[in-house]
Amino acid sequence: MQTNFNIYQFNLNTNKMKTTIKKFNNSASKQLKMAAIALVATLAFSSCSKDDETVPAPVNEEELITTVTATYTPVGGGTAITLKYKDLDAEGANPPVITVSGTFEKNKTYNGLVTVLNESSNPVDDITLEIIEEGVDHQLFYQKTGTLNAFSYATAPSNFDKNGKPVGLQSVFTTTEAATGNLIITLRHEPNKSGANVSNGDITNASGATDFEVTFPISVSSL
Amino acid sequence: MLKKNFVFFCLFLFCNSNYAQNSISGKIICQEKISFSDVHIHIDKKIIISDAFGNYGAKNLPNGNIKINISYIGYQSIDTILELKSNLELDFKLKRYTTQLHEVLILQKTNSNIKSVQQQQLKTATIEKYSNQSLGDALKEIAGVSTLKTGNSVVKPIINGLYGSRVPVINNNVKLEDQEWGSEHAPNIDVNASDKIIVIKGSSGLQYSGDAIGGLVILELLSVKKDTLFGKTILNYDTNGKGGSVTSSIHKGNNVGFSWNALGTFKYMGDKEAPDYVLSNTGNRNANFTGDIKYAAKKYNTSVFYSYYKTLIGILSASHIGSVNDLYHSITDNQPSVVNEFTYTIKNPKQDVEHQIAKFNFNYYFNELESMSFQYDFQQNKRLEYDIRRGNYNNTAALDLDLKTNSLSIDYIKNDHDWNFKSGIRASAQNNYANPATGIRPLIPNYDKIDLGVYGIISHHFSDTFLMDGGLRYDFAKIDATKFYQKSRWDERGYDPEFSGFIVGDFASQWLTEPSFIYHNLSASVGFHKELENNLHLYTNISFASRNPNPSELFSDGLHHSTGVIELGDLNLNKEQSTKLSVTLQKKYDRFSFEINPYINRIQDYIFLKPVGFETTIRGAFPVWEYHQTNARLIGIDVQTHWDISKQWQHLFSLGYVNGKDISTDEPLIDMPPLNINNKIRFSKKEWKDLILELKSEIVFKQNRYPDNNFYTNIIQDGAFVPVLVDVSTPPPAYHLMHFYSEMKFQTFTKAITTVAFSVQNILNVSYRDYLNRQRFFADEIGRSFQIQLKFNY
Repeated sequence: MQTNFNIYQFNLNTNKMKTTIKKFNNSASKQLKMAAIALVATLAFSSCSKDDETVPAPVNEEELITTVTATYTPVGGGTAITLKYKDLDAEGANPPVITVSGTFEKNKTYNGLVTVLNESSNPVDDITLEIIEEGVDHQLFYQKTGTLNAFSYATAPSNFDKNGKPVGLQSVFTTTEAATGNLIITLRHEPNKSGANVSNGDITNASGATDFEVTFPISVSSL
Repeated sequence: MLKKNFVFFCLFLFCNSNYAQNSISGKIICQEKISFSDVHIHIDKKIIISDAFGNYGAKNLPNGNIKINISYIGYQSIDTILELKSNLELDFKLKRYTTQLHEVLILQKTNSNIKSVQQQQLKTATIEKYSNQSLGDALKEIAGVSTLKTGNSVVKPIINGLYGSRVPVINNNVKLEDQEWGSEHAPNIDVNASDKIIVIKGSSGLQYSGDAIGGLVILELLSVKKDTLFGKTILNYDTNGKGGSVTSSIHKGNNVGFSWNALGTFKYMGDKEAPDYVLSNTGNRNANFTGDIKYAAKKYNTSVFYSYYKTLIGILSASHIGSVNDLYHSITDNQPSVVNEFTYTIKNPKQDVEHQIAKFNFNYYFNELESMSFQYDFQQNKRLEYDIRRGNYNNTAALDLDLKTNSLSIDYIKNDHDWNFKSGIRASAQNNYANPATGIRPLIPNYDKIDLGVYGIISHHFSDTFLMDGGLRYDFAKIDATKFYQKSRWDERGYDPEFSGFIVGDFASQWLTEPSFIYHNLSASVGFHKELENNLHLYTNISFASRNPNPSELFSDGLHHSTGVIELGDLNLNKEQSTKLSVTLQKKYDRFSFEINPYINRIQDYIFLKPVGFETTIRGAFPVWEYHQTNARLIGIDVQTHWDISKQWQHLFSLGYVNGKDISTDEPLIDMPPLNINNKIRFSKKEWKDLILELKSEIVFKQNRYPDNNFYTNIIQDGAFVPVLVDVSTPPPAYHLMHFYSEMKFQTFTKAITTVAFSVQNILNVSYRDYLNRQRFFADEIGRSFQIQLKFNY
C-alpha cells in the first residue's frame, strides 16, 4: 500500500533551484506558523467552551408518562375504586408503585375514566388532554385475565375520535359474581384503528407503538 | 505461543543467512557539474542516494540477476541487468540527452505500511460496482470481512469477527470520528469518493491507530501525478427501491503546480422490497461532495481537502417495537407488523446524519529518502435520530448529538538502503454535545476527550527475500464527561462508593456527575515477510493492541428506541487488550494463486452487550442488555483463490470462518459471523467490447455456535397470563444467494468510453434472514433486484 508518493521534478538550472528552495522555506515557515496559531486557537476554544456553559440542567422529559390512574365509579352510588400505576423514574431502576384502592362490588356497573400524568415535570403535565386532542392517533385497550368479566368502551361521544373510532379513555366494567384477575390497560400510539376488531377493543391487530401498558391485580368481592 | 513463534523466527533468520550476500559499489560520473544527491539509483529493491561526489553502494544483494536503474533529469537513464555472483565495483557515466527534456517525473512509492501483514485491496473497478451501495457491502468482497447491518442501508464492516470501535476507518488519512460505537451507526462514507480501499486485518497499522483490534479500513482519494484532466460519471438504477444514484467526478492531475479533484454524489431510494412484502420505511437519501486542491513543488506539496456527507435513512417501521410482548410476536409470527404500500417517503423512525471533514496537509521532501508531513484535520458529525413520538415531539429528534474533533499530526519517513522508518505524533481534542432539547435523556453524555499518540515503525530487508518489521505506539487518552444519572440507576449499578467522587450536584431524583478517566496504552507489532522458493510468500505478524471503552460502553443508560432494548453501560469497564497472531501463506502458480490466512486473537476484557433480563417500565417490560467484559478467544481462517481456467474463463473463491469463544464461561461468543463461502465464475472477452459476465454464488451457513440468552415473558392468552419463550438467540437458517453481473465498454467519442453494466442481485428471489442483521427479528432481507449502471469516462 502506498500512502505517500515522493514526487521530484528536476530543473537543470541549479541556480533557479536554490531560489525556489529559499522561497519555499519562507512560505513553509509561514504556513507552519499559521497552522500553529490555528491549533492553539482551537485548543483554547475547546477548553474554554466548558467554562462558558451555564450549569447544566437535567433534560426536561416533557413527553414522559409517569402515572396512569383509572377511576371506576359505581352507577347508583358506592365506593369508587382507584387503580394507580406510578413510576417516577420511568426507565430508571426503581420498580413502579401499583396501588388498588379496594375491591369491586358484585352485580354493579362501574364507569371508568383514565387519566395520564407526567409527574416528573414541574408543574405536573396532564397528558390526558393531549390524548384527547390527538384522538385519531391514540386508542386505549382493556384486557383482562382470570374470572373477571370483560371491560368495554363507554358509548359516550366523548370517548370517540372525529372519525367515530374509539379513543377509549372511558370504559365500562359490569360485575356479576365474585372474580379475580388482572386488568391490563394499554395505550397505543398510531394504531391501525381499522384493523379487524380493533374498534371493538381487540388489541391483536392494532399494531402501533405502546405508550403505556399497565397491569392491575383486581378482584370482585363475593359480598 | 510466543515462544514457539520466536523459534520459528530464528529458524527463518538462519535459513536466510544461507543466501549469498553480495554488494555493488562504485561512482557516478558526469562531465557536467550536477547535484549527485539527486541522482536516482535503484538496485534491485533498494533505493540509494549517492554522496556529493557520486559514490554509491548497495549491500545484501542476492546471487542472480539484479536490475539496476540510474536516472537524472536531462540525462539518459541507465537500465541494465547484471548477473551477480560476488561483490562488484561498477562506475556509471551519465550522458546528456540529445533532445533535451523539460522535465521528467519519477514516482517513488514509499510503502509506509507494515509489510508483515498481507493487506487486502479493493480497486476502482470493484468500488464502481458498489457505486449504489455502502462501504460495508463493497468490503464483503474481501475474504474474512462480513457485515453487521441494521436493515439494509446501515452497514458496518466486520473484520475477522470484530466491528465498531475495533475497526477504525481512515478516510483520506483522517481517522473517521463519527460515533462508530453504535451498532446502528454506519460509517459516513461515500464509496464513490475513494479510488482505492485497503483492509488491514488486525492492529498492525500502528501509524493510524493503536486500538484497531479488529482491523483497519483505509480509503484513499485519487491522486494523479500527470498533467491531465479527466472525468467520470456513473448513473445507477435499482429496481428494488425504484431509485438510484448519480455520481460525477472531475480530476485535474499535475506533477507540479496545482492539481485538484471534485466529486459529487446524490442518491435517492424508496422502500426496499423483500420477496414477499415491502420493507416499509426503508428508503434513503444520500448526498456527498468531496474535493481537494493540491499544490506540488519540487520539494514539497500541500493540499486542502474538504468533504461533506449527508444522509437520511428510514428505519424499518416494523422494527419500532414496544415491549417484550411485541418482540415475542414479531419473532414467532415471522412477519413484519407493519407493511404499507411502496413509497419514497421517509417517516419516523429515521436517522439524519451529517459529516464534514476539512483537512490541511503539508509534505516536505528533504530528499528522495526522507520526508516529513504535517496534517491538521477537523471533523464534525451531527447525528439526529427521530423516533415515533406523540404530537409535536414527532418533529423533534429523540437523539441529537454533535461530535467535533480537531487533530494534528506530524509524521516523519526515512528510507535508507534496506531500512524503512516511519514515526509520528498525533494529538486530538474531541467534544461531544448532546442537545437536551430532545426532551429525552441522552444515551451518550456530553464529554471532552483528549488523545495523544506517538508511534514508530521500522522495517528492514535482511535479504532480498526476507523482511522484518516492528512497531511501537503509545497512546494517552483522557475523557471528561458530564452526565445526569438517575439516583435509582446509580444505586442499581452499585456506583457507590467507588465513583461517588464523580458526583457534583444533586437534582432531586438525579445526580449530576462528572466522570473522568485516564488511559495509558501501549500497542506493538512485530513480524516478517519471507519469500520462499517458487513464489511462495509467508507473512507472519504478532500484534498487541489496547482499546479503551467507548462512551457508549461506559455511559449508556436507558431505552434504546431503535432496538427496543434498555442498554446499560458500566463505569467499571477496563480497556480491552488483544494479542493477535496472524499468518498468511500466498502462492502463485502460472494460472492459479491462493492465499490462506489463519489467525488467533486472544482478547482480554472483551466488551460485549449481553441480554441479562427485564425491567418493567410504564411502556411494558423491556429486555435489559448490559455491557459485560470477559476473556475471549477468536480463531479463524480466511481463504482466497484465483484460477485462470483459460484466457476467457476465471474462477474466484473466498471463504471466511471465525470461531469465537468466551474462555471465562466456556461459551460461544455472541454475534460472530458464520462460515461463508463465495464462488465466482467470470467470462471475459476483450474482442467483444470488453465483455464481462459474472455469476456469483454466496453461501452463508447457519451460526451453530451462540450463547443462549433466551428469556420468558407473559402474554395474555384466553384470559390468562401464559409464559412464552422469547427466542432472541437462535440464529436464522443458512442461505444461498446467486448474483449476476455483466458489462460492456463502448468507445463513444475518440476520448470517451461508456461502460454499460447490468446486474441482478439475489436472482432466485430467496427469502432469508441474516444473523448479523439487527432487524432479523422483524423482517426478511431484500429480494431480487435488477440494476443498470452507465459509466462515462471522459
